[in-house]
Amino acid sequence: MPVESNRAEILSQSQSEELFGAVQKAAAALGVPEVEALFGAHFGALTRFANNTIHQNVAEQDRWLSVRVALDHRTARATTNRFDSDSIRRAVEQALALARSAAADPELLPLAEASAISETKRFDVATAAATPDHRGRAVAEAIRMVESAGQTAAGIYSTGQSIEALYNSRGVAAWHAETMAQFSITAMADDSSGWAKASAVSYESMDVLALARSAAEKARLSIDPAEIAPGRYTVILEPAAVLDLVGQMFGDFSATAVADSRSFLTDRLGKKLFGDNIQISDDVAHPLQAGVPFDGEGVPRRKLTLVEAGVPRELAYARSSAHRAGVEPTGHGFPLPNEVGEAPLNIVVAGGTTTVEEMIASTDRGVLVTRLWYIREVDPYEKIMTGMTRDGTFLIENGRLTRGLRNFRFNQGIIELLNNVEALSPSLRASGEEAFDMVVPAMKVRGFNFTEVTRF
Amino acid sequence: MKQLALEALDSAQRPGVTYADVRVIESRDRELGTKNGKPGQVSSDESAGIGIRVLADGCWGFAATDDLTRGGIESAAALAVDIARSSALAKKHDVTLAPEAKHEATWVSPCQIDPFTVSVEEQLSLLTAVDEELRRASGVTLAQTSMIFNRARQVFVSSIGSVIDQTRTTSGAGFEAFSFQGGQIQKRSYPNSFGGQHQLKGYELIHEIDLLKHAPLMAEEAVTLHSADQCPEGRFDLILDGSQLGLQVHESIGHPIELDRVLGSEANYAGMSFLTLDKLNHLRYGSDLVNAVCDARIEHGPGMGTFAFDDEGVPAQSADIIRDGQFVGYMTSRETAAAIGATRSNGTMRATSWARLPLIRMTNVSLLPGEQTLDEVFSGVSHAIYMETNRSWSIDDKRYNFQFGCEIGWEIKDGKRVRMLKNPTYSGITTEFWNSCAAIANRDHWVLWGVPNCGKGQPEQTIGTGHGASPARFHNIKVGAAYAG
Repeated sequence: MPVESNRAEILSQSQSEELFGAVQKAAAALGVPEVEALFGAHFGALTRFANNTIHQNVAEQDRWLSVRVALDHRTARATTNRFDSDSIRRAVEQALALARSAAADPELLPLAEASAISETKRFDVATAAATPDHRGRAVAEAIRMVESAGQTAAGIYSTGQSIEALYNSRGVAAWHAETMAQFSITAMADDSSGWAKASAVSYESMDVLALARSAAEKARLSIDPAEIAPGRYTVILEPAAVLDLVGQMFGDFSATAVADSRSFLTDRLGKKLFGDNIQISDDVAHPLQAGVPFDGEGVPRRKLTLVEAGVPRELAYARSSAHRAGVEPTGHGFPLPNEVGEAPLNIVVAGGTTTVEEMIASTDRGVLVTRLWYIREVDPYEKIMTGMTRDGTFLIENGRLTRGLRNFRFNQGIIELLNNVEALSPSLRASGEEAFDMVVPAMKVRGFNFTEVTRF
Repeated sequence: MKQLALEALDSAQRPGVTYADVRVIESRDRELGTKNGKPGQVSSDESAGIGIRVLADGCWGFAATDDLTRGGIESAAALAVDIARSSALAKKHDVTLAPEAKHEATWVSPCQIDPFTVSVEEQLSLLTAVDEELRRASGVTLAQTSMIFNRARQVFVSSIGSVIDQTRTTSGAGFEAFSFQGGQIQKRSYPNSFGGQHQLKGYELIHEIDLLKHAPLMAEEAVTLHSADQCPEGRFDLILDGSQLGLQVHESIGHPIELDRVLGSEANYAGMSFLTLDKLNHLRYGSDLVNAVCDARIEHGPGMGTFAFDDEGVPAQSADIIRDGQFVGYMTSRETAAAIGATRSNGTMRATSWARLPLIRMTNVSLLPGEQTLDEVFSGVSHAIYMETNRSWSIDDKRYNFQFGCEIGWEIKDGKRVRMLKNPTYSGITTEFWNSCAAIANRDHWVLWGVPNCGKGQPEQTIGTGHGASPARFHNIKVGAAYAG
């Protein structure tokens, strides 16, 4: 049932309810009173281009049903993408058999009770119904723009919809539908490149040509890149660079990670860790955010103050970690069973009032970074990350961009970085490749640690 | 499955379609784990679907669906053709494919013990015992174990008449011991990080790697690392264990030889490659000792990249990549082989599932064993640093500059370990690194490592790859820059 021209949700609320009825019936027949069902459905289409031509162009539809049973302090999950009654019965049987094989966990909680979940409208019918021709025409225009600058374009334009629903035998009935569009473009000149990316619930919120123009301009400005010595520099990190780097720390704002002593916040919660100008929240309801307003057990997500004036304040709690800590769950748990517990996924980093242009103008010597790449954790407690700059790295001299630079490797502690932020731009929804989309500002940071230079 | 595939192929062959292929896949997973003595992941997954790829008006289109009714398949086939025609809105030239013969075959990967017939109780019991053993060591603050099994049957049919039925079974398992104290988190993993070792095998792999036997030493090392000296900064002769070298091969040989990257297909995401076409047969990639192949054949071993046919119906092959240090070959597809004038694809197109398009993916990209004993590798220089088990990995988007961190290091003097080193890292430029290769251990120490989490493509596809490697020594390598501050 490919639904390229279908404006409706590919798994409706009533279909989900009906399917859960079948799950309950199968569970009852097996004598299983406690059953939870997670439904997912996705239709995504992506038009990919390179060398100024569309070279890959795809669409996929998948739906799945994931059944969790809980009995005698044991739990397990079985997933299928077939929705006929035999497949549903088999999924329940498999979940039951796996649960019976598992050791008992005395701390396993009963299934969640129903709670009120605030509705978040994030379904755009035009985006759900976007056609291959719509994407193809937009891509062709973007290519023409880059080609007219004598450059080569590569990128993607994707549109699609996702459904997530969670039902259980204690009355939880949560359903969420959402659309998402993404456009990303790399413009390449002979020895330089530029990049831009955006994502939005509605494709009408993205200005594809403006993104193409920005990427082409960065490629033009960075031709004949110079090599300068690695070392500590003042950097201006554009929003995508901020989210890809700072985004590496949010898995640590997990009560389970702290309890396991695998979080850099172990022994540091409530202590001053970052600069006064760092304020970070998790807020699924933020108008620029996307995502499901309930967690993997059906608990509504509530807003968290993760960092207040540089002090890590709140952690995300799933039901189990909340129960152990004697607090209320925050609605950030992953589907059970799992080892990692929970994480905040709707990050909003508070911005400031300084534009990127003003940051450049106030910098005597520094580096503007468009994008970071292949970021990995070197040290888990000091949160030292390594990675590369990419697709638009510029030297700033005497308040203006003077030329492109060969790309650097960095080894930079996030704690140190967030103590060295000199200015923040207003926040916007940004999209990178190393972390999930966030609402973040650009940042001007002193003393950023570039350790090596590569060959381009 | 074959009937479904043939019906889809028939439905896809519409006016203007010059080529079509169809993959119908049924897959099954089991995933088990423990954490600090309690059950972790206990789950199973079954999935079935169909992916239809067509060439129409000289352009590619691909559509995949879980709806395996006649109507669902016809809709998906029609969508694939519509998508291909829309690709012509931005077309520079018609896609050309290197020739390939028609193949009809059935192949089932070797599997001595079906992991799905071993009881979950037995599997969890082993993991629980390992978990308990890890936590015996005072100072271990987190113990985690895991096992994962997958079986996928794929029927591939194409408009040139191929009908290929393949079933692959993979297994993986491993454990991690974490220790937190004094503001440091240290970790040891076995047999490797990324969930351990992964191969194209059945439950026999679990017996072979003997998790329980290795748990005490790993737990002890995780704790002892806290009192070890910080790895020094400077230039040293460096010895790498096979698992770390396998990842080094993956990042600095495997990715750069993907011809689609070289030709620009991945420029917006995974990146391109320093191995531009002018370098083929002209670049000295490594020292004379360095020989690397891309080999998907079962004769190479039961790797995560072993199969009988790739996902566009090309038989598994072995291709020389680096011969006596010289760069001599890329990994290709039918389209990219034609683009560089090669007569045939060397068969590296793979997709992660029925829902995704086949891309050039590493099969088993392996560093061939050398001729030296392990003792000769260690004692060949008076002073060296030895590193084991990957902790972090990063490389630029053209695959020149890399940096790796390992879980544990050792200072080596006259072939002997003289002190443990914590937080070891090393970095360099790909060709300089491989040209500094001074010794490679022989086949007795060669292991076909599995990397289960290789990412590429948009939408992203995460797939398993294989990398044979034995411990090796490199001269004058930059060590410790990551912590130099």
